[in-house]
Amino acid sequence: MTVTLSRRNLLHAASAVALVVGFSPRGALAVTPTDGGHFNPFVKIDADGRVTAVVKHFEMGQGTSTGLPTLIAEELGVDLDTVAVEFAPSDARRYANLRFRTQGTGASTSMANSYLQYRQAGAAAREMLLAAAAQEWNADPSTLFLSRGMIAGAGRSEPISRFVGAAAAMKVPERPTLKNPGTFTLIGNPQTSRRDNGPKIDGSVRFAMDVQLENQLVAVVRRSPRFGGTVVSMDASAAGDVPGFVNAATLPSNAGVVVYARDTWSAFQAREAVAVEWSFTNAESRSSAEIRSTLLGAVNAPPEFVVREGPGMDTAAAALGRSVQTVEAEFFLPWLCHAPMEPLTCTIEPTADGVTLHDGCQSPSSAHRALAAVLGLPMGSIRINTLYAGGSFGRRATMTADYIVEAAQAFVMTDRTRPVKLVWSREDDLAGGAYRPAVAHRVRVGLDGNGDILAWDHRIAGKSIFKGSSFEQWVVRNGVDHSSVEGVPDTLYRIPGMFVGLTDLESPITVSWWRSVGHSHTAFVMESMMDMAAKAAGRDPVSWRLDHLRDGSSDQRRLADVLRLAARESGWDRPTEPGRARGVAAHKSFGTYVAQVVEVSRDAAGATAIERITCAVDCGLAVNPDVVKAQMEGGIGYGIGHVMRNEITFDQGEVVEWNFPDYEPLRISDIDRIDVHIMQSSAPPTGVGEPGVPPAGPALANAIAVDGPRVTMLPVAHNGVRFA
Amino acid sequence: MRTNLRVNGRIVDVDVPDGMPLLWVLRDELKLTGTKYGCGVASCGACTVHVDGVPVRSCVTLPEDVEGTEVTTIEGLATRQGRAVQQAWAELNVVQCGYCQSGQIMSAAGLLAENDQPDTDGIDEFMAGNVCRCATYQRIRAAVARAAELLEDDS
Repeated sequence: MTVTLSRRNLLHAASAVALVVGFSPRGALAVTPTDGGHFNPFVKIDADGRVTAVVKHFEMGQGTSTGLPTLIAEELGVDLDTVAVEFAPSDARRYANLRFRTQGTGASTSMANSYLQYRQAGAAAREMLLAAAAQEWNADPSTLFLSRGMIAGAGRSEPISRFVGAAAAMKVPERPTLKNPGTFTLIGNPQTSRRDNGPKIDGSVRFAMDVQLENQLVAVVRRSPRFGGTVVSMDASAAGDVPGFVNAATLPSNAGVVVYARDTWSAFQAREAVAVEWSFTNAESRSSAEIRSTLLGAVNAPPEFVVREGPGMDTAAAALGRSVQTVEAEFFLPWLCHAPMEPLTCTIEPTADGVTLHDGCQSPSSAHRALAAVLGLPMGSIRINTLYAGGSFGRRATMTADYIVEAAQAFVMTDRTRPVKLVWSREDDLAGGAYRPAVAHRVRVGLDGNGDILAWDHRIAGKSIFKGSSFEQWVVRNGVDHSSVEGVPDTLYRIPGMFVGLTDLESPITVSWWRSVGHSHTAFVMESMMDMAAKAAGRDPVSWRLDHLRDGSSDQRRLADVLRLAARESGWDRPTEPGRARGVAAHKSFGTYVAQVVEVSRDAAGATAIERITCAVDCGLAVNPDVVKAQMEGGIGYGIGHVMRNEITFDQGEVVEWNFPDYEPLRISDIDRIDVHIMQSSAPPTGVGEPGVPPAGPALANAIAVDGPRVTMLPVAHNGVRFA
Repeated sequence: MRTNLRVNGRIVDVDVPDGMPLLWVLRDELKLTGTKYGCGVASCGACTVHVDGVPVRSCVTLPEDVEGTEVTTIEGLATRQGRAVQQAWAELNVVQCGYCQSGQIMSAAGLLAENDQPDTDGIDEFMAGNVCRCATYQRIRAAVARAAELLEDDS
């Protein structure tokens, strides 16, 4: 009893100013520290009734800073535009991604893993406020309601600010009652405005690149021109002529030389003046053509690993032998750079007991551990200040926390009294690795006399993303990195006699997850082959696909439904205008089903133009429908752009592409109208950041192939396709 | 090198190394970080500012080239066209990551100052120098058209 009383008093003292609701490390709803430590909440309501949503997923444009506050505002009963947004500090015990069990954003999981958690936090705060009002008004709490920031019932109506202090002393509900989806006013509302519009429109938003601390040093790194090269010696004497130059030092890993200066421009200039002698003993020294023939050779040889249980290679070969028709193709998809608009950067600021990392931080848990290791500091002395990120597409979350480790190493080599801001230039970004691995595929599809699929032999070769990383045990099985093949062995099409083989490429070129990861190449190949097979069978590409999804699981039904919707909305059954052609593709990734139809034209000179794109998506319940549409539009642009003209190539191990002029991004004039149609659904929300990407490339390739070349070697120029 | 600049209506005296582009003078010296670095070679438009109302790429402009002119950054954008563009950007939820959007907005405001009723081809041609890796292009195109509509209603 004494304990309870003192705890209640403590609560009162603490809650005189605010109601803070979150979860204990064990996942139970809580309002105070349960472990004596600092309490990191999900919802904060101050004495004036101002609500703050603490967002555990960083914002790279995908809409988390709108989506997660929407969940809280809906359940709490306040207007979304009154909710302030704060990014969570690093605290994996409270802010873990429930899919990863560490704190981080990726794999299109933000909404899926937060949906119930953030609603529960909002609902708990609502029930505590209502309980406080009921007590004061001497009313039955079930007769009160909270809407638009006002508590009403029992003939009265008052703002939540009146009850914040008393609410904080109420018992935390163990299982707050969530709203009936039929009564939602914010979740599913297509009129919702993004919460980050204001600062991103008036220029006041702060990205990591915008950090300007008193007395900060800017550090840039001169890296080996070939992956795996190391510094033998360096001479920075000529850099002394650059006025802002401060110092230069070789990284402890010998992977490069850090150049310090008083400002960014001076750092870039001084770096040019540093002379470095490199050792390339263990470096990649091949050129693109050689790597490409290695990969194409690998898919024409017995595979290193067998991916799919079921018919073996010999059974598939026998079925191919019985086939009436065989459709066969080889594909090559190049290395790709993410190239987010904000080049990589972060700042390490010394504090009284350690450091603060200022970063558009995609993976706080791995950044935190990496900093502790490099700086030799306890985790508790390191704080992470997450800022808005200028895009990522996967780049800011590498296995090794690469740029954060570089910044930490650069900081360690100073006297640790000044903030160190590490900056990558665009040239550093393009030559800096963490690429989508180059991959080769070879596919043979056997059809019977009716044009149905009898056999499918699919070989893939490329560098594994996960092998050698701390995530290897989760993703690699029997030698197969699932991310190298995802989308093929787990295809939703009914394909009997499927054999899938994989061969890894060994290379020091660093690779990483690139928006939609393995699906970025597997969907291109699967959907191109389905189109080629439909053509060989003399069938319409949409109805051919629907036939292979017929009578199936809910998974197959949902893919078939988006395919039908995209076909209908694109006018698939009506002939195109003369000189135009349509292509279709459908693919499930990250739990979300997407189908797209691309319509192209060709001018008299043979140049292709993209006229119109129709997209249908089933992502379960669309929490912010306009954000879902924006992610489809953006995913399509990302997926189309690389197919049109992007590749990273190598000349004796050195990256050839230098900056945007030779890694030409998609531009406004490249793309016309995109119509996105969202399937009505009450299924739990799934991701939208990545699933828009995979079908876009193959839908374009399939449109081009209607009366042009079949694109199998990306980007399309390798097959002689030119854009207007 | 000492230069007198007029930025967002204020006269500032800067002393920067020779050759430092206006972009870095704005960002690192004047702490006007709304203007972004994206490529440094005038290929992405993230660094777009107005010089006497005309959009220019600040990453390839030297401070001495803009002496005696009025430099406007996103922080100081206050023209009719600028306000209309910003309103349209909010109405249509154009932004995603937002990093390129200062430059997009400066270009769009410059376009409308030059031509208050651009057609689709005119918008595409003018805005083609501004890259958005989030590919918010369809909304940018619609928002420029919407801003033109707002300006017409307003005149």
